[in-house]
Amino acid sequence: MALQAIAFYLLATVTIGSGLAVVSVRNPVHSVLFLILTFFSAAGLFLLLGAEFLAMLLVVVYVGAVAVLFLFVVMMLDVDFGALKQGFARYAPVGAFVGGILAIEMIIVATAVARGGAASGVREPMSALGGLSNTETIGRVLYTDYVYFFQAAGLVLLVAMIGAIVLTLRHKPGVRRQVIADQVARNAQSGMRTVQIKPGEGMGE
Amino acid sequence: MDATTNFWATPGGWTLITVGQILAVMIWILLSLAFLLLADRKIWAGVQMRKGPNVVGPFGLLQSFADFLKFVLKEIVIPDGADKVVFILAPLISFVLAFAAWAVVPLAPGWVVSDINVGVLYLLAISSLGVYGIIMGGWASNSKYPFLGSLRSAAQMVSYEVSIGFVIITVILLAGTMNLQTIVEQQAGGFWNWYVFGGGLSNLPMILIMVPMAVVFFISALAETNRPPFDLPEAESELVAGYQVEYSSTPYLLFMIGEYANIVLMCAIITILFFGGWQAPFPTPFIESWPATAQSFFGFMWFFAKTVFFFFLIAMVKAIVPRYRYDQLMRLGWKVFLPFSLVAVVLVAAWRVFGPAQGAI
Repeated sequence: MALQAIAFYLLATVTIGSGLAVVSVRNPVHSVLFLILTFFSAAGLFLLLGAEFLAMLLVVVYVGAVAVLFLFVVMMLDVDFGALKQGFARYAPVGAFVGGILAIEMIIVATAVARGGAASGVREPMSALGGLSNTETIGRVLYTDYVYFFQAAGLVLLVAMIGAIVLTLRHKPGVRRQVIADQVARNAQSGMRTVQIKPGEGMGE
Repeated sequence: MDATTNFWATPGGWTLITVGQILAVMIWILLSLAFLLLADRKIWAGVQMRKGPNVVGPFGLLQSFADFLKFVLKEIVIPDGADKVVFILAPLISFVLAFAAWAVVPLAPGWVVSDINVGVLYLLAISSLGVYGIIMGGWASNSKYPFLGSLRSAAQMVSYEVSIGFVIITVILLAGTMNLQTIVEQQAGGFWNWYVFGGGLSNLPMILIMVPMAVVFFISALAETNRPPFDLPEAESELVAGYQVEYSSTPYLLFMIGEYANIVLMCAIITILFFGGWQAPFPTPFIESWPATAQSFFGFMWFFAKTVFFFFLIAMVKAIVPRYRYDQLMRLGWKVFLPFSLVAVVLVAAWRVFGPAQGAI
């Protein structure tokens, strides 16, 4: 359909263009903003593929949470633009090497897919078979066939989370904190005391 | 007749009709917002025994339109040293996102711009994007108070999104679908079928979980939209007006409309997820014989009434509750709402698996 073709070319152009902008713009904050645009248009491409669940997850997780943290960190850094440009010639060969390997890998995968993968029609997507939405399909596969991997991934994330908390949690001595339980537990007897003071004497300790 | 139906099926006709629907929804929301803004100020004034805006038009009904003209006619001031592109982009993003979310909101039977299968996730996705308008605005202003306000806002919105997500999951578990129109249709036949009461008499024990979850959602919605008592990003007494300090004229107007559109959207989401959307609170067999348009209007009336009721509650909260301190806000989000909603998800899931209606989705 013509509309889908227009949408695809538009989204693909924006994805590639903003992806290039991520690495080419000077200001790191603009870089992150372009990264967000890249994620967002990639989500649009997922939608065109009919993978609406993945598209929404991409937006919720990457755009809504991960990129916010990126932006947070980059904004609070005091970036010296002069220092950023230094050493470009030194790192360029390494970058080109890594980029080249990535490009070769992607070409290999793309040709393999085009020859014998999804495009050859050997493996029909599950949702097309059962008349299920792809959210249900992913749920069924994730919680049956791959449940152990799913749980293992969850455990790894839990460990990482606890690790991050342990690394950053420190109780400074001498800092007064609000203890809600103490405040709630206070009553008239424990929170107040009545003192009889004689006139002209004041209250000594 | 045949020629016209064919035209609407062509790409051109489809585009036209979709743009028409989008325009209709937007104009309706903008018009409602004009009066809801006034209602917000009137309710606030009423609680404080003032009259509120009462000069422009009868009872001040045209106040919002006068304000609109005032904003549009003023000069746009862009601070020296601001990042111009991002500075202008930020309010635009806020505005566009606030309206984009309305695309999946079912206003009445059959009245929804885009009836997609992952409607709930789409709402979550769009509302998680809303934080960008605020962060970008605060950063691009190149000033202290906006930046502090936007940092507060980012942390606050990311925190409360978590509990909102879990609360929504409880409803999805009960409904067994993420399509908002279907979620509303399943709550038909009277208020006891609303998900706030567990969705049907067989699920009645769920009332113990779903009523608190509705309350958690309401409070999280306040935090998510930066409404008092969680309006720390724009706390007047500390940050002047937070991320909006440097904004004037139309950009400020866009921020404000976006904010109010988000508030009304949250009211609409509470209505849809917990209070039956466009369903009447009693069985309505008598409308079966009505024409489809009349049925839609009947449903829309209920949807609108419920949404306005929740807007009234939010306006009352603004007038009644004092502002939270920032650490208290974070404590409430992470230490109270998150564990509670997590436990609720586990309990509702257990009910779905082991309860009387097990496996029936």
